[in-house]
Amino acid sequence: MIYLDNGATTQVATEVVKEMDEVMLNDYGNPSSLHSLGRKAKELIEEVREKIAKEINATADEIIFTSGGSEANNLALNVLESGDHLITTKIEHHSIEVTLKELEKKGIEVSQLNVDAEGVIDLEELKKSFKQNTKLVSVIHGNNEIGTLQDLIKIGEVCSEKKVMLHSDCVQSFKKEKIDVVKANLSMLSLSAHKIHGPKGVGALYVNKNIKIKPLIFGGAQENKKRAGTENVPGIIGLGKAVELDLELDKVKELRDYFIKKVESEMEEVKLNGSRSNRLCNNANFSFKYVEGESLLMSLDLEGIAVSTGSACSSRSLKPSHVLMALGMGAEQAHGSIRFTFSKFNTKEEVDKTVDVLKKIVERLRKISPLRKK
Amino acid sequence: MNYTNKVIERFKSPKHMGELKEANGKGKVGNPVCGDVMEVAIKVENNIIVDAKVKTFGCVAAISTSDVVCELAIGKTIGDAEQITKADVVSKLEDLPPEKIHCSLLGLDALKKAISAYKEKH
Ligand SMILES: Cc1ncc(COP(=O)(O)O)c(C=O)c1O
Repeated sequence: MIYLDNGATTQVATEVVKEMDEVMLNDYGNPSSLHSLGRKAKELIEEVREKIAKEINATADEIIFTSGGSEANNLALNVLESGDHLITTKIEHHSIEVTLKELEKKGIEVSQLNVDAEGVIDLEELKKSFKQNTKLVSVIHGNNEIGTLQDLIKIGEVCSEKKVMLHSDCVQSFKKEKIDVVKANLSMLSLSAHKIHGPKGVGALYVNKNIKIKPLIFGGAQENKKRAGTENVPGIIGLGKAVELDLELDKVKELRDYFIKKVESEMEEVKLNGSRSNRLCNNANFSFKYVEGESLLMSLDLEGIAVSTGSACSSRSLKPSHVLMALGMGAEQAHGSIRFTFSKFNTKEEVDKTVDVLKKIVERLRKISPLRKK
Repeated sequence: MNYTNKVIERFKSPKHMGELKEANGKGKVGNPVCGDVMEVAIKVENNIIVDAKVKTFGCVAAISTSDVVCELAIGKTIGDAEQITKADVVSKLEDLPPEKIHCSLLGLDALKKAISAYKEKH
């Protein structure tokens, strides 16, 4: 299998598995227990809390462990109450985008910022969107579909001027981009382990210590009473190990750039979606004219290559991805979009093979496409 | 997407995809919901569809169902071909994911359009 779907999830690193294995077999105590086994487990997760805090220039008491990026995003938005106003974007991950509808039902006002053709928000539009009751701005840092990065520093400056909290979904950018919560004026930040060769089902929300957030899960006093439930100790340990490991970003970027160059030089009527330079180092998103994404994805899968698509056909709603539509592209282009996301485990040979296979499949599908005029 | 092996097989090796040179009826439809486009071409002799081909822009289900529509139409009188149902198409492929059933309707619409185009001219 040539795995080019690292935006969906990554292969768990062997070092991570080993460490989690050890913890499950030996350090199985409950971190809330007072005996030595419990204290050991507590110690282990506190070390990870330190490590994550250091990575983003926060302090350990500002890190809340969650079940992943989705919960972190939901928890962040839970600071809002009826009558508050939220400013966010039209290209958020579903864990924000879908939650907005729930917020609106609760009487929270929502404004969604437009993006340009590359997927970047307009700071002037942001400035104009503030109202008397604006309580939070939430902006995705690195977009999961098209890879476009937002300028968190500049957004942070605007929010600090307006004295409004800023949250960012950094699930895709964490460890790939340098993030400093102080410099960026971030009040909250979401991250997830499984995008960086860690386990699924664990992540964290950074919450600035001056901010009061309301729990989503009530019960025991874990996570400083912000998130009840016995901690996912092996998951948290896996997250900690993943944070330590090198993502080999130079290699990943080189592979991704090599892929983009090869596709653009060897194939016709292809379009790179998103921004050419201002994007996550592991992401390439292409539309192949006259070809629909799901049939391209399935054809690649039959050849042992895993990718994903923003095509309408691949979603149960039969609507093209809201992110691609927000870029202002036609439904047809969105329909033919394929996302290729790389990791350090990929090789140049895999890229060569992928482009070879891709060329054959695209040609085959174009031959049977009524959209191509000969 | 959970496709049956029959669907995947048909998608991998469709039998009626492409151009039909001696076509005397053509029908093109686009699905406003998901954006799929299909163009069915038929060749009618003595009221019987002797050949049919289709070109499809769409997902695995769209490609395989439209291919099956051509297969079902070939050899039938135009009257019988008009009676082909969604269920006929789906059963030929064993099953389709529920959200993909509409694809089979699209192929049939294209076939019916091709038949009407033929009728208008003859
Ligand atoms: C940008 C973004 N936010 C949030 C999530 C959700 O994270 P998780 O899968 O850990 O819930 C993902 C990944 O699926 C993502 O890509």
